Amino acid sequence: MSAVLEATQIRKSYRRREVLDVERVALAPERTLALLGPSGAGKSTLLAILGLLERPDAGRIVLDGREVTAADRSARMQVAAAFQRPWLFKGTVGANVAYGLALRGVPASERRERVAEALARVGLAGWEERSALTLSGGEAQRVALARALAVRPRVLLLDEPLASLDPVVKWRLAREFAELLHEDGMAVLWVTHDQDEAAVVADEVAVMRDGRIVASGPADEVFLVPGDPWAAGFLGLEEPAAGVVAEVTDGVARVACEGADVFAVADVRPGERVRIGVRPEDVVLFEATADVPASSARNRLRCSVTALEHTGTTFRVVLACGGVRLAARVSKAAVRELSLAPGAQVLAVFKATAVRLARERSESEGASR
Amino acid sequence: MWAVVATSLRVSVVAVAIAVLAGVPAGLYLGMRRSVVRNALLVLANAGMGLPPVVVGLVTAMALSRRGPLGSLDLLYTRPAMVIAQVIIAVPVVAAVTAAAAASVPFELRLQARSLGASQLHEAMLVLKEARMGLVAAVAAGFGAVISEVGAVMMVGGNLEGSTRVMTTAIVQYTRMGRYGPALALSAVLLALIVVVNTVLAQVQRSAERFERS
Repeated sequence: MSAVLEATQIRKSYRRREVLDVERVALAPERTLALLGPSGAGKSTLLAILGLLERPDAGRIVLDGREVTAADRSARMQVAAAFQRPWLFKGTVGANVAYGLALRGVPASERRERVAEALARVGLAGWEERSALTLSGGEAQRVALARALAVRPRVLLLDEPLASLDPVVKWRLAREFAELLHEDGMAVLWVTHDQDEAAVVADEVAVMRDGRIVASGPADEVFLVPGDPWAAGFLGLEEPAAGVVAEVTDGVARVACEGADVFAVADVRPGERVRIGVRPEDVVLFEATADVPASSARNRLRCSVTALEHTGTTFRVVLACGGVRLAARVSKAAVRELSLAPGAQVLAVFKATAVRLARERSESEGASR
Repeated sequence: MWAVVATSLRVSVVAVAIAVLAGVPAGLYLGMRRSVVRNALLVLANAGMGLPPVVVGLVTAMALSRRGPLGSLDLLYTRPAMVIAQVIIAVPVVAAVTAAAAASVPFELRLQARSLGASQLHEAMLVLKEARMGLVAAVAAGFGAVISEVGAVMMVGGNLEGSTRVMTTAIVQYTRMGRYGPALALSAVLLALIVVVNTVLAQVQRSAERFERS
């Protein structure tokens, strides 16, 4: 699928400090790319450059096959953005949603129709006459999205759109917005520092660190086998173990890793070198001597606990299973029951379907920065 | 007495209107841009708010005097001369207050407008709308500066009865003559006028409050 918006060799510095050095980022139609990374990684700067709101020091931005710049207003008309704070203008909800339409010279009657349609899409049908500045955070963010959707952009840029909302509203909006965005043929860039949010909304993920994209690809691949040690840590994973496919039987591959065999449902061939990814949520821990009944969980690895990290309501347990390092997420009760502590021995159980294999890339195929 | 009040109003309203036309765009520029030139101009505008009216009167009178560069216009001791002096006094006031109001509009709001396709002119119009409370304050400050001003209008208008006599110069005249009654009456009218104008402007502000940012 050809990209709607493609940026290459983008560089930006502030006061001689390089804040962005991105080789390539592309947004495809009907796809949402989540740009994930910690604060200060350069996500918002990249968004501003892709939105033609800021000029890069170097680089090329191509929109629908045409090279464009921030000075190109007709190109800017193809892009719309919503930010962490909704930044609604003084006036009514209707006037806010109509703002971009008025800039495009849409006639008043059509404008009214499109405003009503956009508000209905975000669940605020009939809210046109309300004051925009008396809305709750969630309502305001819906209006901000309606304002961006109303102009029917080719590219929609969302900069941490849910970051300032309380968790209940945030997750409801994340699900609703994700569904909404898939209804249109837009290419969407969704900037966030929250991987759970990215997992809900994204088809593809790019992880940024210090102005560079260190891992990118389909969401389910990046979230399991990010291809970069730092990105793995940021995503709560251990560095993916490497192994060789020893055999494939009925679609289940046995991957020989250093000191452990891992079973995975994957389309690979014997002899291929692969990296192994398992989400911490998919790993269940038992006592090392437990007699775990036969089940569909093919992988049963004896491991020792190397670290135990408190992560809010759950604990992250880091495990060494021969040469395979895994992480598991467990409850406080499980920590107590299994007496989990560094050095403890446990049995890690996970399904073959929970394992993601990524073929080792050759040098020339290295992940884009 | 009412002719004096009418002259005052006419001169001040025209002067404020011209000052708004010149001062608001200048204030928007000063409030929205970030550059060395803008910083220097902002210092000038702020300093201009404290411009002594007698100095403005002196410079304007010299410029309009027969030997001055604008002497051929023959405007000295006329109402247009008073308007010129009052515009010089009011423009920095309107520009500086507008600049402060425009600068208080969050940059992110402008970025949001830009992200929806706004040009620089659209952005300025948005800032004007967002800062409209400050704009009303700018008009009030400009009006206040000229309606109660005495030094400059006295010097360039000459306080000619039936022509260039305004409330403030008439109050000075009556006081010098020891006629405190008419002086007090005109003072009361002047104060009432200022209260009325500010009440109207406050009403304009209140009507927009429903849509104000909390």
